[in-house]
Amino acid sequence: MASRTFHIWRAEAGEEGGFQEYSTDITEGMVVLDAVHQIQAESAGDLAVRWNCKAGKCGSCSAEVNGNPRLMCMTRMSDLPEDQPVTIEPMRAFPLLRDLVTDVSWNFEVKKAIRKFKPRPPDAEDGTWRMDQRDVDRVQEFRKCIECFLCQDVCHVLRDSQKHDEFIGPRFFVHTAALEMHPLDTEDRLADLRKAQGVGYCNITKCCTKVCPEHITITDNAIIPLKERVVDRFYDPVRNLFRIISGR
Amino acid sequence: MKTAEHDVLVIGAGGAGLRAAIEASAAGVSVGLVTKSLLGKAHTVMAEGGIAAALANVDERDDWKTHFADTMRGGQYVNNPTMAELHAREAPARVRELEAWGAVFDRTPDQRILQRNFGGHKYPRLAHVGDRTGLEMIRTLQDHGIHLGIDVQMECTVTRLLTDGNRVIGAFAYEREQGRFRLFRASSVVLATGGIGRAFRITSNSWEYTGDGHALAYEAGADLIDMEYVQFHPTGMVWPPSVRGILVTEGVRGEGGVLRNSEGRRFMFDDIPDLYRTQTADDEEEGWRYTQGDKEARRPPELLTRDHVARCIVREIREGRGSPHGGVFLDIAWIRERLKDSESHIRRKLPSMYHQFMELAGIDITKEPMEVGPTTHYVMGGVRVDGETQMSAVDGLFAAGECAGGLHGANRLGGNSLSDLLVFGKRAGEHAARFARANPRSAPDGAEREQVAAAEQDALAPLERQEAGGSGVGAYQIQSELQDLMQTRVGIVRNQEEIEEGLEGVLALRDRADSVAASGNRAYNPGWHTALDLPNLLLVSEAVARTAAERKESRGAHFREDYPAKSERWGKTTLVVRKGSGGGMELAEEAVTSPRDDLLRIIEENR
Ligand SMILES: Cc1cc2nc3c(=O)[nH]c(=O)nc-3n(C[C@H](O)[C@H](O)[C@H](O)COP(=O)(O)OP(=O)(O)OC[C@H]3O[C@@H](n4cnc5c(N)ncnc54)[C@H](O)[C@@H]3O)c2cc1C
Ligand code: SF4
Ligand code: SF4
Ligand code: FES
Repeated sequence: MASRTFHIWRAEAGEEGGFQEYSTDITEGMVVLDAVHQIQAESAGDLAVRWNCKAGKCGSCSAEVNGNPRLMCMTRMSDLPEDQPVTIEPMRAFPLLRDLVTDVSWNFEVKKAIRKFKPRPPDAEDGTWRMDQRDVDRVQEFRKCIECFLCQDVCHVLRDSQKHDEFIGPRFFVHTAALEMHPLDTEDRLADLRKAQGVGYCNITKCCTKVCPEHITITDNAIIPLKERVVDRFYDPVRNLFRIISGR
Repeated sequence: MKTAEHDVLVIGAGGAGLRAAIEASAAGVSVGLVTKSLLGKAHTVMAEGGIAAALANVDERDDWKTHFADTMRGGQYVNNPTMAELHAREAPARVRELEAWGAVFDRTPDQRILQRNFGGHKYPRLAHVGDRTGLEMIRTLQDHGIHLGIDVQMECTVTRLLTDGNRVIGAFAYEREQGRFRLFRASSVVLATGGIGRAFRITSNSWEYTGDGHALAYEAGADLIDMEYVQFHPTGMVWPPSVRGILVTEGVRGEGGVLRNSEGRRFMFDDIPDLYRTQTADDEEEGWRYTQGDKEARRPPELLTRDHVARCIVREIREGRGSPHGGVFLDIAWIRERLKDSESHIRRKLPSMYHQFMELAGIDITKEPMEVGPTTHYVMGGVRVDGETQMSAVDGLFAAGECAGGLHGANRLGGNSLSDLLVFGKRAGEHAARFARANPRSAPDGAEREQVAAAEQDALAPLERQEAGGSGVGAYQIQSELQDLMQTRVGIVRNQEEIEEGLEGVLALRDRADSVAASGNRAYNPGWHTALDLPNLLLVSEAVARTAAERKESRGAHFREDYPAKSERWGKTTLVVRKGSGGGMELAEEAVTSPRDDLLRIIEENR
């Protein structure tokens, strides 16, 4: 058993805050979240942290570990350099509530504004639909999202430029892509994407894809195809002409 | 104090709570929804294997009757037969409805919803999405629900129900964020708070599972039933220590995974219970064919019910044939002997298991066996409700999902929880809305003020004790001692002496919990929150210990080494727990409801 040192961000909402040093014993296989819980039980009973599943399934325990956006429950202590303290900070793109807990409610509001799923009429008499596995594979990739908001945390449009009012962020492009590419969906979200949701702000840095714990290829599979659809619709002169003529 | 008024208040935003809120809202009443964590993070998100429903997409012989009979057999015939019937009849429609709301299930070759095998289900019955079915389900309900005008209060914990005589009139809660108190007035209340797994050391359950709904209902005057039946899932991770208890889905066995001891023996073939003998494969070959969809084959013994598999594993470990870290081996990698592309097959069918073992234990399950052992998973016991309406003994108080009792009897079949949430979540929402319409809450009176004042006082007590400089114990300490106690004394294998020690221990901890203190202030303070959850956890632990001591037989998940057989007398008896007039916990015996004749015939035909 070896003792390790942690620098954990402690602050109340609206306060400056700062790192505080803790140390605790680390045993084989421990993840960062285990260490935080141990510190909580030993010496910092009121250290605020969110978690639920401890298995990378719920997306609650997002934080920045040694500066990298991570799920604390899926970050093994043995993967972090032993010769330096482990730093743990809250996600920086969201307002702090306390210690490691941030106010992510903006994300829930954003989702409400996205047009909901609207299926075509059922394919069969009994009210069910037919879909091929091949056609749902793509959507299933997007639906793996656990809403950890780590991608939102790293996206410079939100983190640095603070475009929260004009840009929905990678998580919700993934959500929109899942709806748009759903074989049954009939809703049209392209105008929203272009205007209110600001897909144009994304300049394809792929930072979001790199941090996604579910390994969703956010940029290539979701954002770029959405951008292409928007371009096709709104900027393709031939198509536009066709639309005007055909009235579609 | 911030006060909200709703026709229906739903406590809990897992599958059951969301489904109830959606239904109530569709009925046109105003709905409030409170949850301890953020939306979409409830336990339901963690469910892996699937939703049981007799869609008959994969095996056309399946129907609701077979599902009903399987559920009763799995529950050892002490289930509430009305609930088991409604559940089996209505689950298919509830699953199809999810598809209409955007869920994307894995598909059959003929483009319908794919179904997989699971323990105790005669036919492949579990609609699923790889091994992340719960995520699909909760996200679908969440995304559907947010457009219905439901008033959602996230990270808000209810600590007390408010009553007027035998009528529920609202709830008192605190916001986790700032620690502010909240008052919810409502004409009816649906409890959908989930389970009690935090009472045990080794568990697949999160911090949320402190038995809040069970305790809230009990304090409000409702009955709890079947509390002795706690399900220990046979396969949890055992190594490394920090992940001990995390679930390994039964889907691994459904896909052909086998259990072996340290001698390499498939020990599950050694002990096959009479109830299942005719349904179980004769040899390994037949078992493999079953997992690959051969309709003539019978299921391998790994897919016997959870209670039985868990006990066989305990036996192997106790008799010295366990794995290096105190479990047994679960091997899916072996299927490479049978399937060409076994590695990609495993990764596609069990992606999150692959991920989980790779990242947390450094084990590649496509190449090596896993080490697994039993973990506390689910509580069959819960609030006693009317089988059709889900209303408890308290007027206007409903319960659905894991916190309600009756459907699963002495042992729940895998996949029957997610379907339970949908079927009875919907029913609870519907009937809560109806009740609210017919019986609007009358104006607040002095009783409400008194109850709220008492609730405030209770909530603040741990912080005040700390300020007063008391030598208070920390809540974490007591919770931890309780978990060890329940695990070792009232766990998988029980006997009178140990259960009684467990009960004494719980009562002693309860006395100490009266002096629990929490440091810090009211803003997002986990130490304080843990202190407030503690009375609930102690209450459900007491209920489990008392009923386990009382039931002197072995049935389903309740195994007594001093009474290893089933008894006819106890097979007719349900144990009911309620708050006695003197304030202490009271136990009552009641007769198990006998199924209607037509249902009895279905059970007979499916023997
Ligand atoms: C790892 C794992 C895998 C599983 N796999 C399967 C499977 O494949 N198939 C299957 O059928 N079942 C499975 N189960 C079981 C199933 O997931 C659960 O039984 C089910 O999800 C419970 O749903 P629920 O709606 O009753 O409660 P939950 O989903 O747990 O929701 C409870 C809600 O109540 C809230 N709450 C609790 N207390 C309070 C309070 N005091 N105040 C306010 N809110 C409160 C919580 O915040 C939460 O929102 C699995 C369980 C686990 C742990
Ligand atoms: S690729 Fe686009 S959405 Fe993703 S981080 Fe970069 S700018 Fe943001
Ligand atoms: S897309 Fe990936 S990183 Fe973004 S919220 Fe979903 S799971 Fe997290
Ligand atoms: S606790 Fe659920 S993802 Fe980390």
